[in-house]
Amino acid sequence: MSFREEHELHKRRFGRNLGLGLVLAGFVALIFGLTVAKVTDDDFMVPTQQQEGK
Amino acid sequence: MSDASVNTASQAPAAQTGDAGFGDFFALLKPRVMTLVVFTALVGLLAAPVAVHPVVGLAAILFIAVGGGAAGALNMWWEADIDAVMKRTAKRPIPAGKLSRDEAFGFGMTLAVFSVVMLWLATNALAAGILAFTIFFYVVIYTIGLKRWTPQNIVIGGAAGAFPPMIGWAAATGTVSIESVLMFALIFMWTPPHFWALALFMRGDYDTAGVPMLTVTHGRKSTRLHILVYTVLLAIMATGAAFTGIGGPVYLGVALVFNALFLRDAVAIWRRDEDQAEADNYRVEKRAFRLSLWYLFAHFTAILAEAALSGFGLGGWA
Repeated sequence: MSFREEHELHKRRFGRNLGLGLVLAGFVALIFGLTVAKVTDDDFMVPTQQQEGK
Repeated sequence: MSDASVNTASQAPAAQTGDAGFGDFFALLKPRVMTLVVFTALVGLLAAPVAVHPVVGLAAILFIAVGGGAAGALNMWWEADIDAVMKRTAKRPIPAGKLSRDEAFGFGMTLAVFSVVMLWLATNALAAGILAFTIFFYVVIYTIGLKRWTPQNIVIGGAAGAFPPMIGWAAATGTVSIESVLMFALIFMWTPPHFWALALFMRGDYDTAGVPMLTVTHGRKSTRLHILVYTVLLAIMATGAAFTGIGGPVYLGVALVFNALFLRDAVAIWRRDEDQAEADNYRVEKRAFRLSLWYLFAHFTAILAEAALSGFGLGGWA
């Protein structure tokens, strides 16, 4: 049982926070996936290898 | 954020700023327009003759969509006064009092910079550069510059909506080529008849807002002629594209059917006068508008089909 009645404003704020949280979580997952995709690419070289290659 | 800041949109009611819901911010991104951006950019990306890692492709489409959404938010920031007096747009977040103009500006600018930088990091500088130019073109050239002073606003402004497949293609290949220019041209030529058909049956809106649409400045008879001329040019261009790198037998079949239908409606619109249109509540104009949406979807699906078939040695004319 809550101590005070929840206002519509609180629901809206919760919805916004939840939405933002999910977007940020999705962004983190995307950046992780991008990193894996780039690092495992055949053309990928770490900077020291790039310099040696020149 | 303040709970009691004042909405500066001249026509809009006081906004309950600082407490807009997630959906209000999402609505700023013009999700319906975004679907067109996502679809055409995806076709540009997949039709390119270069394999793209699925995660990179997903990221590219997402950032292009965010960039398009940012342009939409900045468009709503600038046009809050027009949106408030037009029936079609009066329920958008700013005129509805759910968001302030300042919030929309901050949101749009942040997403614009974010999307361009992220697209650059995920793909290449050319794709990011075209995305940045697209946002600039839509917001500064079209929204702030052209829309309120020339009836050619739709023609020139249509370029902004035509860039996404070019960005998708550039994200995959790192280049601009004739194929991506053709996809750009297809949307560019399609935009005027699409919007002028809308302007014919949303007649009161543009008059009230004082936007110099062709229907307001040159009259409705002239607009009907313009729709016919642009549809003829579009049909020539769209059918001719069947014999280029993005075309093939499947595309040709789709182009012949949909251009014939669109031409039929354009001729019918041209032959009608206002009394006839009002008598049947703009039935033909509304049909042409709906058809134009399917027209673009069908052409880009056909381009995608040709690209997919080429993977099996079947696409194009070879």
